[in-house]
Parts: sequence; C-alpha cells; structure tokens
Amino acid sequence: MTDHKHEWPLWEIFIRSKNGLEHRHVGSLHAVDATMAIENARDVYTRRMEGVSIWVVQSSNITASKPSAMGELFEPAADKVYRHPTFYNVPDEVKHM
Amino acid sequence: MILGHRLSELCGHGPNLETDIALTNISLDFFGQVRSYFNYAAEVKGDGLDEDKVAFLRSEREYYNCILVEQENTDFAYVIVRQFLFDAFHKSLLEQLSESSDQTIAAIATKSLKESKYHLRFSSEWLKRLGDGTEESHARTQGALNDLYVYSHELFEETETERAMKEAGIGADLSMIKNSYYPFVHKVIEEGSLNVPGSAERIARGKHGFHSEKLGYILAELQYMQRAYPDMQW
Repeated sequence: MTDHKHEWPLWEIFIRSKNGLEHRHVGSLHAVDATMAIENARDVYTRRMEGVSIWVVQSSNITASKPSAMGELFEPAADKVYRHPTFYNVPDEVKHM
Repeated sequence: MILGHRLSELCGHGPNLETDIALTNISLDFFGQVRSYFNYAAEVKGDGLDEDKVAFLRSEREYYNCILVEQENTDFAYVIVRQFLFDAFHKSLLEQLSESSDQTIAAIATKSLKESKYHLRFSSEWLKRLGDGTEESHARTQGALNDLYVYSHELFEETETERAMKEAGIGADLSMIKNSYYPFVHKVIEEGSLNVPGSAERIARGKHGFHSEKLGYILAELQYMQRAYPDMQW
C-alpha cells in the first residue's frame, strides 16, 4: 500500500472551545493515522484559538442517518406537543434546564 | 529567521493542504520569536536600530545562522530532516534560556518553548513515519539524513559570543545540550527504521559569518523589498 495522498484516510474533526461544553464538528482532513490527524487538526482548525480540545474520528467509523429517511425519522415528532415540557413553570433557581 | 524563510518558501507548495499549513505555521512561529529577539537586540544596541533593520539590512557576513538552516527544500524528506535536527536542538536550547539571568531572554524563551515542543513533536512523528513508510519514503529520508546530518555538529560549536553569554549566565551551555542531543536524535532515527549516518562532519562556519552560497540567494529574496524601497512603510 502506498501512502499516496489520495489514499490517506479521511478524519472528521471535533473541537471544544474554551467556553464550550461539547465538541462541535468543524470539518475534516486527511491524515495517515490518529496521531497525525490530531496534529493536523491543531494546525488547521485551532490557528485562531478556536478550541482547547480535539477529537478525531475516522470518517469510516461514523454511521449517519440517510437524508432520504428524514421524513420517517423526524417528521412525526413535529406535532407531538405533549412531549415538550412546556406546561411546567420552571422556577428561576433552576438555571440549566 | 533563515529557517523560517526556508519554510515560508513552501507556502502553497506543500505535499498536501495539512502539511502546507503546518509548515507555514512553524515558519510564522519562528518569525514571531525572531521579532521578539530582534526588538530586544535593537533596544540593547540602540543606534537608531529597529527589528526591521536588524532583520533586513545586514550584509551576508553579518548573519550568524548555522549552515544547517540554509539548506534547500529539496523535497519533503529534506524539509522534515532539517526541521527535526534543528528542533531537537532548539527545544533544549530554549529550556536552558528559560533560566537565563536576563529577564527578557528568559521570557521570550519560556513562550517559545511551547511552540518548540510542538515543532519537535511534528518533525519527529513525521520522521518516523517517513522512515517506516514506503520504500521510496525510506530511501529519500535516509538520503536527506545522510546529507544534512553532517551539519548538525555546528549547532554545538561555541563562538566567542556564546561563551561570553554562557559565562555571564545569560546564554546556554552548548556542551550540555550536545550530551542529550545525539542520544535523543539517534533514538528517533532508529524508531523510524533508519540508519544513523557516520560521524563525518562538513566544515561549517556559518556562526562566524562564513556562509554557503545558498545564503546569498536567500538574502536576495529576503532583502529585496527593503533594499529596492529603502525606508518603506506598509
């Protein structure tokens, strides 16, 4: 197997910013392995202090829902008002709800 | 600065987007460090000097960089090997300078050390992968190593200035750095399944102002704007 750049695996990059609680997906890049993927992500996606933590996942490890199935997966939830806790008054002291 | 310039020549020419950005980031890191040092030097010397004059208006014999950093970007293997041989030295140098009795130098070194640790990580990881990679990457990297290793000794040749600085507690002790440099470098080279080149050394007196012809070409590009338009302002 040659490491011609077209054959380097693709990695999805997730960065957590300094004030953030979760890692967000910021893009993808090619790298030979996980260590290099983290270094490349640091160089490409944190140049302007966008983040303090990096997760890399090989794209082939991600299973995504099909856009064509959007209808059956998500639309039924649209008209089920009773699933939302909107009928309760949340006291002011409970901050993170 | 000269190494930063060599890296900047790669802008847009890297083997792929990620390494192009990584190498030019390293170049920017170097220029950031250089600005701090040159500003300080200009302040210490006085005489109406500023960082730009120090950077751009010296003649060839007034540059004291080592010969290693003048070497060309022949191919990616050369870029990585040159970077690695320099980074392994630079990190140890900065560790010592962080304890300098001169506050400004200690401050610059402490900040630069973080950058240098990353540079060393980057170049050693790449060196190992190139050595352990395909037959072609291994052959090219071994070739680059054989060509560039002969310049590494100059990093440790103490000049008059360096000796005076060491004795004043301002500068670093190069022999101490040398003791850990070669064992470390050899270990990484071997991890990349590469051979440590023999102990031949090429005569190198860049630190005394005697440079290879390559510096001439570098300076022609580096100094062009300042010399064509003296006192220009952005």
